[in-house]
Amino acid sequence: MKILVAFKRVIDPDARIKLKADKSAIDTGSVEYKANPFCENALEEAIKIASDHDAEVVIVTVGNDDTEQQVRAGLAMGAARAIRVDVDDAKLDSDLAARIIAAVARKESPDILFFGKQAIDGDNNQVGQLVAEYLGYPQACFASKVEIKDGEAIVTREVDGGLETIAVKLPAVITADLRLNTPRYAKLPDIMKARKKPIEELELGDLDISDTALKVEVVALEEPPKRKAGVKVDSVDALIAKLKTEARVL
Amino acid sequence: MAKILVVAEQQAGQLKKATLAAVTLAKQIVAKVGGGFDLLAIGKGLNGVTDALQGYGAESILVADNGAFDNYLAQPYAAVIAEAVAKSGADFVIAPAGTFGKDVLPRVAAKLGAGMVAECVGLADGSALAYKRPMYAGNVIATVKVNTAKTVITARPAEFDAAEKGGGTSPVIALETAPVSGGARFVNYQLTESERPELADADIIVSGGRGLKDGDTFWKVMNPLADAFGAAIGATRAVVDSFPEVPNDMQVGQTGKVVAPKLYVAVALSGAIQHLAGMKNSKTIVAINKDGDAPIFQVADYGLVADAFKVIPELAAKVKAARS
Repeated sequence: MKILVAFKRVIDPDARIKLKADKSAIDTGSVEYKANPFCENALEEAIKIASDHDAEVVIVTVGNDDTEQQVRAGLAMGAARAIRVDVDDAKLDSDLAARIIAAVARKESPDILFFGKQAIDGDNNQVGQLVAEYLGYPQACFASKVEIKDGEAIVTREVDGGLETIAVKLPAVITADLRLNTPRYAKLPDIMKARKKPIEELELGDLDISDTALKVEVVALEEPPKRKAGVKVDSVDALIAKLKTEARVL
Repeated sequence: MAKILVVAEQQAGQLKKATLAAVTLAKQIVAKVGGGFDLLAIGKGLNGVTDALQGYGAESILVADNGAFDNYLAQPYAAVIAEAVAKSGADFVIAPAGTFGKDVLPRVAAKLGAGMVAECVGLADGSALAYKRPMYAGNVIATVKVNTAKTVITARPAEFDAAEKGGGTSPVIALETAPVSGGARFVNYQLTESERPELADADIIVSGGRGLKDGDTFWKVMNPLADAFGAAIGATRAVVDSFPEVPNDMQVGQTGKVVAPKLYVAVALSGAIQHLAGMKNSKTIVAINKDGDAPIFQVADYGLVADAFKVIPELAAKVKAARS
């Protein structure tokens, strides 16, 4: 069995995001980068499944070589090897990222493709679903529980209003929600070992992708209007009075 | 001239109110470039949904009512939507940005070769169509344009007023489809049992954070407060992550639900940027936290620096008295 895990490097989720003075891009001068948290959930689940079902876990990332630190961290968690498709993040939209990952999947023929449900930079929440459609695979998105049995993944999904369980025939796409698991911390020996694990580099040409036109293009960025801080009240009674007379919600 | 297909969201034969936000976005596009919109309902036993979709000015209501669509699955639903696009000649497909729309519309976009705008919060100014959408937990609003012939959009319900009735009757057209099976099967659905309003529909939301210690304490503190306000209960990601008794569909924030009620009462939550992303457009925000420096106070209209365990029972009792 083989499990392919899409893994994205993102700006630290807890960083304060600011725009450059000319508003052309995010000011990345002093930000740190991390693995997308949902991708870590996806990788953790893949590693767990691999230990129970004797599978190889392969990381795939799309980005330039700045991504190496995050990819090595993923390898230290337990993936066997990684594939990096060399495209600058600024030249991607969800659709192109999906076509690239689908092309890698065609080469690798995994039984399961794991994604995070969304990357916390673009917040698009669509790459896993797009890949599933491009490959003609079933999908189980927003997973909070995954069980592999008899050639199927039985997946509990976090949906509006409750939990839904579906079974998808493998090969399938699964996207991870936050309650799926708690990603492990890599141990020092594993971090050392990860330094020697292979990261294969591919160009778009290696995947026969020539159409790199963006379907969705960012044309402007702005900071949202700031909400003004209000007043502090000193008692419940004062709060009730404000809610009655000012906000008029009581 | 735009030809738009709005995909209705329904559950067990009940129309979800979020659909009306998607209709509003369709009307905004029509107001800008002309044209009109059709509605599409998919499921089983849709007479009630079809009735509920009347009066919004749709050119027609397409209905795929079939036992095979009883439970949502991405592949058959995406196939129906693509078929409805072919039939209606739509060049825009819009659905509300709930878990249904987020799950199915990317597949539709791939089928149509269309660019997809996720979580649209409004149209950009100017004569050409461009869309505003949040990135980085709402810390940046991007204006995006779509370079493909067709456009697929999920509309964030909290950012659009519900469309109002005012159109005539729309003809109902049965969409005869041979259901695509796909590689997935439905197993079961566990509804979160609650007497309370849904987060997406609630006028008042009371939301608790990790300051409430554990799941039992969370409910013990929040239930009476929600009862007093007649409110829905929300929670932070930290709460649903670490208190197993609190279900994930209560999560408000970047990776949960985005809400904009008339009143949002934040209890014992610090106001991480990921949480603020989900609630900062609420009309009035109240924050109660014992740490006076907590970031939630920077967005709150009214802040009370106090221990939630001490003041929430008092607040609940006084709200109850004020409302009765």
